[in-house]
Amino acid sequence: MKDFIIPWDDSDKGTPAKTGAPVTLTVDGAAVTVPEGTSVMRAAYEAGITVPKLCATDNVEAFGSCRLCVVEIEGRRGTPASCTTPVTEGMVVHTQSSKVRRIRKGVMELYISDHPLDCLTCSANGDCELQDMAGAVGLRDVRYEYGQNHFDPTGDGALSLADAKRRADDTDLPGNFRYMEKDESNPYFTYDPSKCIVCSRCVRACEEVQGTFALTIEGRGFDSRVSAGTPMDDFLSSDCVSCGACVQACPTATLQEKSVAELGTPTRAVVTTCAYCGVGCSFKAEMNGDQLVRMTPYKNGKANRGHSCVKGRFAYGYMEHPDRILSPMIRESIDEPWREVSWDEALGFAAKRLKSLQKNYGRRSLGVITSSRCTNEETFLVQKLARGVFMNNNTDTCARVCHSPTGYGLGQTFGTSAGTQDFDSVEHTDVVIVIGANPTDGHPVFASRLKKRLRQGAKLIVIDPRRTDLVKSPHIEAAHHLPLRPGTNVAVVTALAHTIVTEGLADEDYIRERCDWDEYLAYSEFVSDPRHSPEAVEELTGVPAEELRAAARTFAGEKNGAIYYGLGVTEHSQGSTTVMGIANLAMLTGNVGRKGVGVNPLRGQNNVQGSCDMGSFPHELPGYRHVKNPEVREIFEKAWGVTIDPEPGLRIPNMLDAAVDGTFKGLYCQGEDILQSDPDTKHVAAGLAAMECVIVHDLFLNETANYAHVFLPGSSFLEKDGTFTNAERRINMVRKVMAPKAGYADWEVTQLLAQAMGADWNYSHPREIMAEIAATTPSFAGVTYEKINELGSIQWPCNDAAPEGTPMMHIDGFVRGKGRLMITEYVATDEKTGPRFPLLLTTGRILSQYNVGAQTRRTANSTWHDQDLLEIHPHDAEVRGVKEGDFVKLASRSGETTLRATLTDRVSPGVVYTTFHHPDTQANVITTDFSDWATNCPEYKVTAVQVSPSNGPTDWQEEYAEQAAQSRRILPAAE
Amino acid sequence: MSPEKMVTMANQIATFFESQPGDRPALVAAHINDFWEPRMRRQLFDHVAAGGKGLKPLVIDAMDQINEPVD
Repeated sequence: MKDFIIPWDDSDKGTPAKTGAPVTLTVDGAAVTVPEGTSVMRAAYEAGITVPKLCATDNVEAFGSCRLCVVEIEGRRGTPASCTTPVTEGMVVHTQSSKVRRIRKGVMELYISDHPLDCLTCSANGDCELQDMAGAVGLRDVRYEYGQNHFDPTGDGALSLADAKRRADDTDLPGNFRYMEKDESNPYFTYDPSKCIVCSRCVRACEEVQGTFALTIEGRGFDSRVSAGTPMDDFLSSDCVSCGACVQACPTATLQEKSVAELGTPTRAVVTTCAYCGVGCSFKAEMNGDQLVRMTPYKNGKANRGHSCVKGRFAYGYMEHPDRILSPMIRESIDEPWREVSWDEALGFAAKRLKSLQKNYGRRSLGVITSSRCTNEETFLVQKLARGVFMNNNTDTCARVCHSPTGYGLGQTFGTSAGTQDFDSVEHTDVVIVIGANPTDGHPVFASRLKKRLRQGAKLIVIDPRRTDLVKSPHIEAAHHLPLRPGTNVAVVTALAHTIVTEGLADEDYIRERCDWDEYLAYSEFVSDPRHSPEAVEELTGVPAEELRAAARTFAGEKNGAIYYGLGVTEHSQGSTTVMGIANLAMLTGNVGRKGVGVNPLRGQNNVQGSCDMGSFPHELPGYRHVKNPEVREIFEKAWGVTIDPEPGLRIPNMLDAAVDGTFKGLYCQGEDILQSDPDTKHVAAGLAAMECVIVHDLFLNETANYAHVFLPGSSFLEKDGTFTNAERRINMVRKVMAPKAGYADWEVTQLLAQAMGADWNYSHPREIMAEIAATTPSFAGVTYEKINELGSIQWPCNDAAPEGTPMMHIDGFVRGKGRLMITEYVATDEKTGPRFPLLLTTGRILSQYNVGAQTRRTANSTWHDQDLLEIHPHDAEVRGVKEGDFVKLASRSGETTLRATLTDRVSPGVVYTTFHHPDTQANVITTDFSDWATNCPEYKVTAVQVSPSNGPTDWQEEYAEQAAQSRRILPAAE
Repeated sequence: MSPEKMVTMANQIATFFESQPGDRPALVAAHINDFWEPRMRRQLFDHVAAGGKGLKPLVIDAMDQINEPVD
């Protein structure tokens, strides 16, 4: 296995980078030029000189508490801290004068006088900055005698844990009231107060980097201690979101991963990309041999800039979970138990069945579902399997059920479905609309970056039926929260536009230059109609007109306005129309084409952007080109030596409909769990049950596998090479750090299946697949593995015009030429409340769990969220006799389930909310088959329901559990 | 799929384009040609041949520009 050596400087430069005019100074005789505002410490680093430090680290602002980094500056009195002293022109700095060396030694002596001498058995041995600094300053002796301290449990002069154990036999010991036991409450890291040097790096990281403000220093002077929450709290009960920023910042073993304590310090690191959400954080997989020790956020990752969340940082244990299936399995019919077989037998069985179905039911009877969790290269091969081997366009992906309306809506208005910005752009924004997204839970690392900007003074408008954490949390408060009634997004967005146009707030110069003026005039007439005014739609949307007007004025009144949105926009019967409305708002206010602005879809899964780019949709070949275009088909026909069907294929819901109708018979489903994730579970189950060959390719026997005939074991992101593309269109490398546990990477399995079907595919590495993508897809024309390795990552389009990629879209004009303002007439959904189902259910995610939970449920993340809960307003609960924690039945016209209720005024009266992470709840048995008018994206976010007290699971839940258990039986392997 | 679902989907498309400027039947037809698989269009043609119950007039008006599946 060839390691990827980190090519960029990953070391800690002490204080954050600055961007001022150049300033030249001399450090220890070396001249160095740095931007104005840079600290002396960082300037020294740039000159190749490391100043000893403990409380400084370059992902938080300097603090100046440890006094270890003192220097002498000619012409100045005293010994200033180099971390808090900015450079000035001509400054002459000495970092190693005898005076500062003496001070540093004294400082270290004091630190060590209150630190256990357990280095050899300490979990941070070899990875401890305190240890390093003791060496760097030449500490050879501690002159202080044993006194008051925080580390000795005995209070009898023990200098180490071993010493304390020996003395503990003596029951007359006085004990040490300052000593505190380790806090092991967090499943992933330990807080050991006895090793804390009170440098405040953890507290500052929690504030500045994560923005949660869960940590503080309690007490004064010698009593100072790091505290999570109140003195009554431990880390788990506090506000801590377990992002790991404090652990990352800690210079000692005080806050450290339990995995390091167990497995030892890692000896090598491979840079790779997180496989959870669409933020696409870069991580270092830190390894001992092929044992993963920990994942740490990679500082040079351009999406995350060194930050992480509880999922990417800690929730990787699923890949070693005993539920993982490592052998291929087959069965004749779904009522039989599984039979473990060889790869050859499984692939032969699958190919024979598929070919027979093809022969008996026609070439359009088969299809594929590509995975937004797999790599670009794997997705490319799966759609190629449909187009080049199955000979049809029946390929779809989970983007169908999340961001397909983004593709359509932005394509119509801007000319491309691409999000317009990179994440860095948020650092330049002045006002942000967050609509239908809950980034602190769904896209936590982006949320931290957004919150940082909000703390600097940017204004925030939240449009969401729920009072999400962004509306109000420590040091964050939305200027406006518009708690709209689910299903009325178009009315609210159009009313915002009405206010902007009728109050003369539109940026007409921008519109004249960038957009079609005649279309604007027609749009302006439409939107100015009094029926679109905030007052006219107030009763419908539930949003107070004056608040809506104020929000519109705030958005139009600032220089740089950005809109971020999620599935609360798209998963509606008018999802595509709302996306167009959002694009309209951005164009009306002149907010596309520069830093700090733009329309930013927050993508759900790690590679949902990539899976769409790779031609997963049934109407598009890779690069978003319709299959009806002969010149596009010709490119692939030449490359693949096949004839490509010019007709659009079936989308996921259409596949299931056709299966029930008896014309769709075989499905290869890679890394998706449509039975749990797609709406109207009963209909999905009926569709799957009607198929004669369902191939599930996954890490686990997921819910869909209950209806499968062939199970092909998958590989985790740590077991293969490839690329993921995040919500910024950023193509990031995924690097193999261990061999595939089941023998093959997923791209190899798809290739083996294609070969078993008779295709002549011979890729030996994903790099060759990327070369084929680049050769056939103009927006990827300049992408190679070598270039990604060289640049770190590339944002498409990457071609001759933009050889290093495109961080920002539409700079000089829209991709389609003139931006198109589109009429967005509000149409009420057919899903209506009434006497039987008087409440509206909307669904979402929680921080600790991810999507259907297949990965996170198999980690300690379930500590935070072990079941789906129904959020209900106290008023609605009271009239139904529901109390906190009660089991309730949730029923819609599609089905019913039970779960526990929690009472909260986060939701308005009339609205209930739940997550969909747990299969035993199966929230999607409730959701309906209504969908977006343009794309069939399901209307997850609006379901009319009733809630009533219950005393146990519904019949359906019991039957489902029984069927799932039966279906998961595995026969013992034959000898 | 059920006829009701197919009618709902076709009518949703027509409803959107009713609000748009331009040649509306052509816009509806183009959308259905671009996104509806031949089986779905076949079902639509059969439904119209059987009287087109429940379909909006704009869908009916678009029919002569919707590609009839050949196989």
